[in-house]
Amino acid sequence: MVISVLRDLMAWFVTMLPTLEPAGVPNRLFEHVWYSVAATVLAVLTGVPLGALVGHTRKGELLVVSLANGARALPTFGLVILVFLLFGLGFLPVLVALVVLAVPGVLTSTYAGVAEVEPGVVDAARGIGMTGMQVLTQVELPAATPLIMAGIRTAAVQVIATATLAAYIGLGGLGRYLVDGLATQDLAEVVGGAIVVAVLAIGAELLLGALTALLVPRGLRLLAKTNSDISD
Amino acid sequence: MIRWDWIASHGPLIWEVTAEHLKLTGLSMLFGFLLSLPLALTARRWPRLYAPLLGFTGVLFTIPSLALFVLLLPFTGLTSATAVIGLTIYTLYALVRNNVEGLRSVPASVMDASIAMGYTSKQRLWAVEIPLALPVIFAGLRVATVTTISLVSITALIGQGGYGRLFTDGFVRNFPTPLILGIVLSFMTALIADLLLVAIQRALTPWTRRRRAT
Repeated sequence: MVISVLRDLMAWFVTMLPTLEPAGVPNRLFEHVWYSVAATVLAVLTGVPLGALVGHTRKGELLVVSLANGARALPTFGLVILVFLLFGLGFLPVLVALVVLAVPGVLTSTYAGVAEVEPGVVDAARGIGMTGMQVLTQVELPAATPLIMAGIRTAAVQVIATATLAAYIGLGGLGRYLVDGLATQDLAEVVGGAIVVAVLAIGAELLLGALTALLVPRGLRLLAKTNSDISD
Repeated sequence: MIRWDWIASHGPLIWEVTAEHLKLTGLSMLFGFLLSLPLALTARRWPRLYAPLLGFTGVLFTIPSLALFVLLLPFTGLTSATAVIGLTIYTLYALVRNNVEGLRSVPASVMDASIAMGYTSKQRLWAVEIPLALPVIFAGLRVATVTTISLVSITALIGQGGYGRLFTDGFVRNFPTPLILGIVLSFMTALIADLLLVAIQRALTPWTRRRRAT
């Protein structure tokens, strides 16, 4: 059985990869990337400033932590369908659901990153006369980059995974292959779609990993290198 | 928006999906933990294997859950085995990482003391290292359990699902009641499971409380 699935799978890729039809892989991939990028960017634009504010002022910490734990316990699949039943079909409801799911992770990792900056460093920054805003943007946020980026990575991967569920409520994206293939019992389509989604998710993870390496300030990288040299 | 009479008249269905949800979660966590422990011990014995092991479980964790379930279909079909295998794979990342970090968090002085007292390495593992690693191991168990409980519902798309059955039911009939009920029950299950794990951890590691009290 596995052999025949492989043969069908090859045939599926041969027909679906090089076509610009709406149901072809290029278009579905584009839709999927568009949903995911829009949701992740919106989540970053809300989560990072809010998390930075909470981490800097230390106000509302309990709320942030409980929000993040609660969000993890929410069943994504149910949420996507609920949004659909309440607001109807469309890109906007799904976008809202994806952003709601992605924000808590970004928010908490930004908060944790900013809050865990060494107090001595923050005191030094204040001591040389930096204003609160300068301390946040020039000291705390750069120092928190690794954690913030880790939060964004996790959120992006989660968004890519959840965007497949958008197909269940009638939107496009790579989830179409999974949902349609399951409905028509077309194993090749289902497995082919799953492979494309998996590759996209792993690709996004690697891309954001590379971006993290670029964004982490040179001082932090030197520090990490010195520490690992010492422990070696 | 909620039809309470529907909830009242569907008691047996609600029990059935609850039992299925708990069964899928329980089995996946059990298999995940039984797999992660030897993996973590291997990583502790041969530290070089830790990074590749964590990387591999991380890549598995990255694969969207629906895609992972679907990739298992050619092998196990639309059975609960597909759901349990997929969910088990998802638990591994958090479990392996926390098991290893837990074992690593045991202070070297404690290890030295137990060697000096004549513990064999097997005795040391069970009587010293694992007990001291429990808080970190339990942190991993909590994250994995809560994540698994919310993932179970996706297996409704491959014919399983627990509370996920209520979601698809609400969707196909355009009827929010089972959907909202399912979300609330799934959320509550996750919270209760989390509290239970905290209680078990406290019972197993009384010294962490005593330290806090002083």
